[in-house]
Amino acid sequence: MKLIRLKTAMVLVAATGALAAAPAFAGKTVDAIKARGQVICGVNTGLAGFSAADSNGKWTGMDVDVCRAVAAAVLSDPEKVKYVPLNAQQRFTALQSGEVDILARNTTFTLTRDASLGLSQTAVTYYDGQGFLVTTKSKIKSAKQLKGQTVCVQSGTTTEKNLTDYSKAAGLNIKPVVFEKLEAAEGAYFSGRCVAYTTDASGLASTRNKVAKNPADHVILPDLISKEPLGPMVRRGDDDWTAIVKWTIYGLLESEEYGVTAANADDQKANSKDPVVGRLLGSTEDIGKLLGLDKEWLYRAIKATGNYGEIFERNVGPKSALQLPRGLNNQWNKGGIQYAPPLR
Amino acid sequence: MTTPSTPPKKPWSWRSQAFRGLIYQVVTVVLIVLVVLYLANNTNTNMKARGIQSGFDFMMGGAGFDIGESLFPYDSADPYWKAFLVGFVNTLRVAVVGIVLTTILGTIIGVGRFSRNALVRGLCLCYVEFFRNIPILLQLLMWYLMFTEVLPESAAPLTLGPLFLSKGGLNFPIPIWSGGYTLGAWGLLAGIVAAVFYRRYAHASFERTGVPKSTILTPIGIAIGLGLLGWLLGGAPTDMNRPVQGEFAIENGGALTPEYMSVLLGLTVYTASFVAEVVRGGIQSVALGQSEAASALGLARGQTMRLVMLPQALRVIIPPLTNQYLNLTKNSSLAVAIGYPDVVSIANTAINQTGRAVECIAVIMLVYLSTSLFTSVMMNWYNNRSAIQER
Amino acid sequence: MTATTFEPIAARSAPVKTQGLVAWARLNLFGSVSTTIGTVLIGAALALIIPKLLGWGLINAVFAKDYEACHAASGACWGVVSEKFRIIIFGRYPFEEQWRALIATVVLLGLLIASCMRVCWRPWLGAAWVLVLALYFTLMFGGVIGLSRVETDRWGGLPLTILLASVSMALAFPISLVIALGRRSKLPAIRSVCAIYVELIRGVPLISVLFMASFMFPLLMPQGFTIDVLVRVLAGITFFAAAYMAEVIRGGLQAVPKGQVEAAATLGLSYWQTQRKIVLPQALAMVIPGIMNNFISTFKDTSLVTIVSLYELTGAMSLALNSDANWRPFKIEGYLFIAMIYFVFCFSMSRYSNWIEKQVNKSKLR
Repeated sequence: MKLIRLKTAMVLVAATGALAAAPAFAGKTVDAIKARGQVICGVNTGLAGFSAADSNGKWTGMDVDVCRAVAAAVLSDPEKVKYVPLNAQQRFTALQSGEVDILARNTTFTLTRDASLGLSQTAVTYYDGQGFLVTTKSKIKSAKQLKGQTVCVQSGTTTEKNLTDYSKAAGLNIKPVVFEKLEAAEGAYFSGRCVAYTTDASGLASTRNKVAKNPADHVILPDLISKEPLGPMVRRGDDDWTAIVKWTIYGLLESEEYGVTAANADDQKANSKDPVVGRLLGSTEDIGKLLGLDKEWLYRAIKATGNYGEIFERNVGPKSALQLPRGLNNQWNKGGIQYAPPLR
Repeated sequence: MTTPSTPPKKPWSWRSQAFRGLIYQVVTVVLIVLVVLYLANNTNTNMKARGIQSGFDFMMGGAGFDIGESLFPYDSADPYWKAFLVGFVNTLRVAVVGIVLTTILGTIIGVGRFSRNALVRGLCLCYVEFFRNIPILLQLLMWYLMFTEVLPESAAPLTLGPLFLSKGGLNFPIPIWSGGYTLGAWGLLAGIVAAVFYRRYAHASFERTGVPKSTILTPIGIAIGLGLLGWLLGGAPTDMNRPVQGEFAIENGGALTPEYMSVLLGLTVYTASFVAEVVRGGIQSVALGQSEAASALGLARGQTMRLVMLPQALRVIIPPLTNQYLNLTKNSSLAVAIGYPDVVSIANTAINQTGRAVECIAVIMLVYLSTSLFTSVMMNWYNNRSAIQER
Repeated sequence: MTATTFEPIAARSAPVKTQGLVAWARLNLFGSVSTTIGTVLIGAALALIIPKLLGWGLINAVFAKDYEACHAASGACWGVVSEKFRIIIFGRYPFEEQWRALIATVVLLGLLIASCMRVCWRPWLGAAWVLVLALYFTLMFGGVIGLSRVETDRWGGLPLTILLASVSMALAFPISLVIALGRRSKLPAIRSVCAIYVELIRGVPLISVLFMASFMFPLLMPQGFTIDVLVRVLAGITFFAAAYMAEVIRGGLQAVPKGQVEAAATLGLSYWQTQRKIVLPQALAMVIPGIMNNFISTFKDTSLVTIVSLYELTGAMSLALNSDANWRPFKIEGYLFIAMIYFVFCFSMSRYSNWIEKQVNKSKLR
């Protein structure tokens, strides 16, 4: 009886030893996605205009549309996406560990994130900057007037660091009140604890229009204290997947440049004489096979979400709830800096 | 006379308990070591595969972020270890003051459960039941909400002499540190030591002669007197950093922020309900005959409680009380939800800026483990000191 | 013969009543000077505060789902509760499928209540637990019998709170038994391993254990092997609760008289037989109040999973109110509502624990 127990113990030891020696295998993301039949997309827990779920669980936003476009390109179905809401603390470890395939969570491209986190940046979907939200009653006109004042900020984002850098450079000695959750930071600002609230300007617009009781009582200061190029990130070392995500975004940009929309995509595919459009929609040349996809990859993406301009209009544009102007995010030939490399 | 013979040694058996015990221990240790090695190997492989750097060298690099409140000067160019130190000091600020306040409040309410007045008994019971059954996170959130809603606007604060009360907290004048204040602090320290010695002398003299000597007012007087003496000798400086009404908020001066006050009050009130139960259990554990004998000797109820019941109850109270102190220290980590920059909040920011999750979490756990260990050791020492000397 | 009339002596006053409300009040409220002063002061304070509270909470309150009326009223706005009720209780669970969460929660609650009653302490209780848990997960997760699939990150609100608390306690119990027995073992290696585990876990806050579970767990697993976030959080809470329960059970084991173990040894029972038949039944009966206390703490600690983005009751409330500017000013009412829910659950559990303690200590009452 005792000998049996001893033997069981030996077997357990041997098994554990064998497990310890098993090598870790490196998976390719595209293969995993095709095998799984679903793109797992890391998004924000709730940022209107970028990624937010309504009470029925339907996700909308710019980042959500990027995921849908990628899913349409790779899996032919924009609905084959699983959205994983991540807060600012979990987002990078979730991507690093393989829990999500792509992190489309209004994340800023910085050197630290590119070089030291084992992650890779794709394309910029939104050129943003960090700003301040103050009450109209305070009559503050410029960020320089915030000398020695309290500013509410969410922890764990580039926002905190930018605020410090700006405060130091301008000698303002700003006192940050740092909250772990976005809602707590907003709540503290609206209850009057802080004189100002700071985050990316798009986030400020979202907060002002959707969260404030009376949007007219608050004003976004004109100073932008940092550059915040926002875009999806993927794991380093998986070049095929990086290329697919990057070129899907560039494809959507170039589609706007050449006037291809979701509505006229079918028509353009059948009738367009422009070779560029033919390449984009796969009617003349097949550039998809260079990415490991079929020739209608971008056509499906455009049909699913529309081109970049339509995505912008729908989610954050002047007619949406956020009412953000195209500004820097306009095409290069219309005064903005969105410049898609040619898809050829 | 036969010499006592040593009993024959038992022959070694593979089935003896000693051998089996040895095997079990070896197997357990080997299993645990293997599991740890497996996990460590996985972590290493994963981190290498993803290009994540590891190591504690980031602690020497500049932090790059400001901290809302700190006890000593801190700048964003200071290294990460200094930021962690600021967080640690903030945690201690809440923990130490909280432990003192919660002991006082908890003892009052625990003793109040035995009051002769039914209203007092009922109120204490309601207090305990109400605050014990609501999660601490919820209580902290409610306190913070109340503070930020109820306090007056920063632009129009409540003034009480040199003090300002507003949404920015309670602003008070702090002394601008100079030689005189340092001497005063040393004097106070010397005064406290002298007061302790005086109390010992007073107790011994009472035991010897039966003539009571003041053991509360005189020592306090000695401590304060020596402190004042030191301050006077240093030139009696009176420069204060006074808070002034700025354009949007109060500037200068020291401040007790709403975050600090809500964490402190929330933790104190929550833990005091548990301390009250512990105190009540302790007092109930003292035999009823003790209080009966005390009243037979003519002691008033207050004297009975102070001289007879509480000292004996201490034996039963101290271990669970230690637990409550540890709980308070650990619950202070929830301050991250309402914006108080304690060590967990700083570590959170550090994780996000450097990506070194493993290292930062290890630091957090080390901080709390050492604080818990220190508190346990101190309470154990006190426990042994107050133990009733038995045969 | 002269007649003597019977002159009764003056009637004495009736004895002071020692029963009844007046006597009770005289003793407890006005027994001495200090007591009387206390009663007057407290009574005055209560007379000032309670009408104001009642006015705010009930009389001037608005119960309808009308935020305009709420803004206009001076009292509490309980309309926020009736409006946001479903999101607060069920979190982000899909609206049409919430009946599944409701049934699953009710069944689990029923099982928990049944486990507390002595008549149900029969062998079939274990099988019932397994069945009900299987039913719970099937209903909540779906994917079979025509029920649509609901991913675990959509689970939230009260069902999540109850699930986390009960499953972690159920799983932590056997772990804590093993650790408590190991800590009292005579083998030094096993004793130290168990002691290190307990002291390590008890020395750190639950938040750091949850952070570890959500950040470091993925790094600890081999590549490509992902664990569901709910499972990770459950594992964290289970190991945390196991350490505290191990201490409680160890206290019970220490209270079993040594003679019991010695008598079992003379009867020829092995170590495990002794534990199973003699020591554990006595020890566990003694520590049921402690275990209930642990359950209450775990129930309250589930509110912390908000910090790792699982929207249980507290998190669901923040979610419900933060995205809706109309109802955001009424956070206090929302907080009070879920405070009341927690209070109801925890208070009934502590009453139950008191009752159990009295049952077990019946022999010690004089």
